[in-house]
Amino acid sequence: MSADAATLVSARLSRRATVPVLELEEATKSYGTDPPIPALRGVSFSVGAGELVAVVGPSGSGKSTLLHLVGTLERPTSGRVAITGLDVASLDDRQLAAVRATRIGFVFQQFFLAEHSTVLDNVGDGLLYTGIPATERRERAAAALAAVGLGGRLESRPPQLSGGERQRVAIARALVGAPAIVLADEPTGNLDSTTGEQIMALIEELHDQGATIVVITHEHAISDRCPRRIQLLDGRVVADTFS
Amino acid sequence: MQAGLGSPRLSLPDLARVASVGLRTRRVRAALSALGIAIGVAAIVAVLGLSSSSQAGLLAEIDRLGTNLLTVTNGQTVFGQTAELPLAAPGMIRRIGPAQQVQYTGSTSATAYRSPYVPLVNTNGLAVQAASLGLPRAVGTTVAQGVYLNAGTAREPVAVLGAQAASLLGIDRIYPGERVKLGGMWFYLAGILKPALLATEIDNSVLVGFPAAKRWLGFDGHPTTIYVRSVTSQTAAVQSVLAATADPEAPSEVNVSQPSAALTARADAQGALNSLFLGLGAVSLVVGAVGVANIMLIGVLERRSEIGLRRSLGATKGQIRAQFLAEAILLALLGGAAGVAAGAISTIVYAHIKHWTPVVPATAWAGGLAAAILIGAVAGILPAIRAARMSPTEALRTV
Repeated sequence: MSADAATLVSARLSRRATVPVLELEEATKSYGTDPPIPALRGVSFSVGAGELVAVVGPSGSGKSTLLHLVGTLERPTSGRVAITGLDVASLDDRQLAAVRATRIGFVFQQFFLAEHSTVLDNVGDGLLYTGIPATERRERAAAALAAVGLGGRLESRPPQLSGGERQRVAIARALVGAPAIVLADEPTGNLDSTTGEQIMALIEELHDQGATIVVITHEHAISDRCPRRIQLLDGRVVADTFS
Repeated sequence: MQAGLGSPRLSLPDLARVASVGLRTRRVRAALSALGIAIGVAAIVAVLGLSSSSQAGLLAEIDRLGTNLLTVTNGQTVFGQTAELPLAAPGMIRRIGPAQQVQYTGSTSATAYRSPYVPLVNTNGLAVQAASLGLPRAVGTTVAQGVYLNAGTAREPVAVLGAQAASLLGIDRIYPGERVKLGGMWFYLAGILKPALLATEIDNSVLVGFPAAKRWLGFDGHPTTIYVRSVTSQTAAVQSVLAATADPEAPSEVNVSQPSAALTARADAQGALNSLFLGLGAVSLVVGAVGVANIMLIGVLERRSEIGLRRSLGATKGQIRAQFLAEAILLALLGGAAGVAAGAISTIVYAHIKHWTPVVPATAWAGGLAAAILIGAVAGILPAIRAARMSPTEALRTV
């Protein structure tokens, strides 16, 4: 896998600048208006290129809200969220979509694969909204699948795959655009412990090759494997092993 | 640096692929919801196709019978009385160069009965006419049974029935010694004619020879209708001189007509009856549109996670909207295509049964497909807007 992965990584590294990949400054998010219910109460941290960070906390601690802010799916109520130096507040919906298409990769607990499409097409769809032509999308998808160890299953369909393999497909889809940052939301949540272990090993390997990855989880077993852990509780950062 | 953040449009093949995702994953549902539109389009295509085919069939029949037949009939005098054609009229018309065949009939006052026991009021509207010997060929018909009059039988009490007259009298075949009562006199039957499309007045007539009519039916020998076959290219020229030739003393008391022209007009007017069926097809299309809109709305709710995923992959609201709008159009278009096929097939089958040349006019199939696309677009607007408005986080939360 490493040859293909190295291509991906070098593409990623060449784009790196000195600005942090992700910055949050006193970011808050409240839902509703009367009265507003705060989900995040002023969160500040930044993630540099090549880091592997775990955001850990019990349910209700604001993990999902943080994922949505960092993933530019929502804007902060106040404070600043910036991806590769781009302030989310200053971008309109189309520009945010372009940020997601080119700079952010998502990995979800439920995989979210299209069951009637081949593995190759599923991964290629990670580039669907980038404007890259179809043939190149397929080539890159094949490389990304090789990088996660599924180079031999290009024409399989998700129902033919095990849970771990499906999550590998989802990871390949997140990586195929060589994004600045990969957000993994409970990536092992739907997997048994052995398979979860393998997925974490894959994430560590990708990190070793230079990928910037934020893993959001409530399991300390997962977060303990990450070099940096940010602990959330009641919408605030209560511990950050980096600082 | 933000200037570089543009969301490119999906290419047409990509749009077609994402638009077909929902249809490919839920085939039965897609087929059922397209059915309404298919039925509507099929009805419209079949109605237009059948009317065009029958029209084409009629025109082909007219063409086969020839458009060069002209008829000369007695009109009215300036005082409103029925005029008479001169006895010499057929002979005069024969002298017109391009007039190739000239045949004629003369109305008698006799009535026709199957037997003397039929009440006198039951005339069936049948006319008894004296007819010249080449009449069937001139008006484009032949005998269905038996034989036509000849020089011998025209002098004897022998009759030939028009197609309609035969069925009104209840006679469907000819056997030796068969007779009908004409004007109080028994006439033997020689034959029955096939329907004469260009001269329907012959169909409900009982034809006898001129000499026989004069001898037994009190007929004065004046022709009432003269059938003229001209050289086709000269038809108009012949038509313009016929009145003056038939009755040089009073050309205005002569009516000249071209039966094929009336038939052509009838063929053109046939479309009027179709509006009812077209209306029914339109109703079916509206019902189909509501069905498509309904299915698409349900699909949007069911596919929240797909919408959320696509937004997280970088789809704009516009791209989500385009996907669902294209899906509705594709669904309706598939229904429309099935409808066009069904309508065309039923037209071909029915036309084959009727021995017409099947004609599916371009307006029918192109219009059917265009209507389907339009319906899909209209039905897809609301679901597409719903899908685009769905918050990506909301969409990702469910499952």
